[in-house]
Amino acid sequence: MPLTLALAQINTHLGDVGANLEKHLSLVIEAQSMGADLIVFPELSLTGYVLQDLVSSVAIRPSAEDPQFRHLLEASDNIDLVVGFVDEDSRHRFFIASAYLSRGRVLHVHHKVYLPTYGLFDEGRFFAWGDNIRAFDTRFGRMGILICEDFWHASPPYLLWLDGADMLLFTSASPGRGLSEAPSLESARWVERINQAYASLFTTFVVHSNRAGYEDGLNFWGGSTVFDPDGKLMVKGPYHQEDLVLSEIDLNHLHRARTRLPLLRDERTALVMRELNRIILAGEQVNR
Amino acid sequence: MSDLTINTNLARKILTGFIHTEITRTGFSRAVIALSGGVDSSLSCYLAAEALGPENVLAIRMPYKSSSQDSLEHAQLVIDDTGIQSLTVPITDMVDPLFEQFPDGDRIRRGNAMARARMIVLYDQSSAFDGLVIGSGNKTEILLGYTTLYGDSAYALNPLGDLYKTQVRQLAGAVGVPDVIVSKPPTADLWQGQTDEGELGFTYDEVDRLLYMLVDERYRPEECVTAGFEQEFVHDVVNRIRRAHFKRVLPPIAKLSKRTVGYDFLYPRDWGT
Repeated sequence: MPLTLALAQINTHLGDVGANLEKHLSLVIEAQSMGADLIVFPELSLTGYVLQDLVSSVAIRPSAEDPQFRHLLEASDNIDLVVGFVDEDSRHRFFIASAYLSRGRVLHVHHKVYLPTYGLFDEGRFFAWGDNIRAFDTRFGRMGILICEDFWHASPPYLLWLDGADMLLFTSASPGRGLSEAPSLESARWVERINQAYASLFTTFVVHSNRAGYEDGLNFWGGSTVFDPDGKLMVKGPYHQEDLVLSEIDLNHLHRARTRLPLLRDERTALVMRELNRIILAGEQVNR
Repeated sequence: MSDLTINTNLARKILTGFIHTEITRTGFSRAVIALSGGVDSSLSCYLAAEALGPENVLAIRMPYKSSSQDSLEHAQLVIDDTGIQSLTVPITDMVDPLFEQFPDGDRIRRGNAMARARMIVLYDQSSAFDGLVIGSGNKTEILLGYTTLYGDSAYALNPLGDLYKTQVRQLAGAVGVPDVIVSKPPTADLWQGQTDEGELGFTYDEVDRLLYMLVDERYRPEECVTAGFEQEFVHDVVNRIRRAHFKRVLPPIAKLSKRTVGYDFLYPRDWGT
């Protein structure tokens, strides 16, 4: 079954949800006209990344009652979309969130589980930590969403794989860093390497949509990618510029890859659980 | 351990994108740059010309009576080669009256006054030209504090502040800054015969390799000594970094209220754009 993906590696207006919403809606139409079935926007695509004290004023609810989110739900009638935003829950906690919308409904909302609070990052100061990693069903099969630092840890992609996700949708606003003699930044090479590894290890599709543009002195490097279940690069967006990157994938590729390499069939989850329990218990004893 | 070689195509792409975005997102389209004829400000002019178009960049030469003729001529090479707009505003008549009142002012005071006089001219011209000030301070001088506070350290944006001096030279060569500028000994040209390396007491090649280990790679000072740097040199550089830190941060505001600028009133500079 063929599926056309669109990766919207956009720049955003920092803290201006209205302006970003307009951009989303026009790109949705453009992607639709190019035959895309699913468009994936990067992390915090409705708000921009370095929000600091803007967080509470740009937060929205992913529902039809929200005057801005409503337009995205309407836009999802003919094309599925993944959008990044700040989610304020009913207890007024603020999460970095990505939602999957399809035919006017919200199928899934992921709250970023790992908030980097080191080096140039300060997310833990401004956001609440998500507490769930769940796969979900779509009309194109079962998928999972992770946001940036979530997939720098090996366990969230592993959990999604075991939870049935055959396509991992990764979104990020990754600040470029690490200039050397190489033609791309160290941060870009790291992300490409791990995404390729996940695709290979889990024999699954790995789709990554990354921001472009600048905020204060930070640059976002774009370079969105799709890797197939053999770990082969299907498409890569340009570095350091906005683009709508299209890629047609064949979902039957999963059948071929997993016949050749039945890693999922042979994965011993009960053994993992048993050993994890032992390690956690031993750790508690050591720390006592 | 300290390979400072950079991919100049990538640096050029990121930095011209940075200049274009940060100037235009606030509704501006133009920039002004203090052009000394040295490698840093020359590189800023080349990058700005590429990012904004040469007609949108104004280079200002601001000689003092003791400034070298070479500096003016080298600046002219940059103006001619890039096609940017230019203006020459001598600062002697701004600086000298101050020291007629304080004739015992030493050359440090005089040098700082020159740097601040240039800042006044630059910001006045930025208003007249309707452009933002692009700075040219490199990472080496920012870390060592080899700058004049509110003088050459005053700017709206700085494309070069994360490149060490040796990397600035590399990028300058790649974007076409004339070789006579790239290869000459760096000088603040505040008094005759002054050179950066003479004043600092070490070469940029040496200190950049050390700074790269200390700052970028987070080596401890004693590990740098083990790696072959002189203990005294390492000690001197570490102290310089610490002593100069006040130049790199906004001055502290005494906190009294529940919400204070700089502590718990935190917004990005690009807020709303």
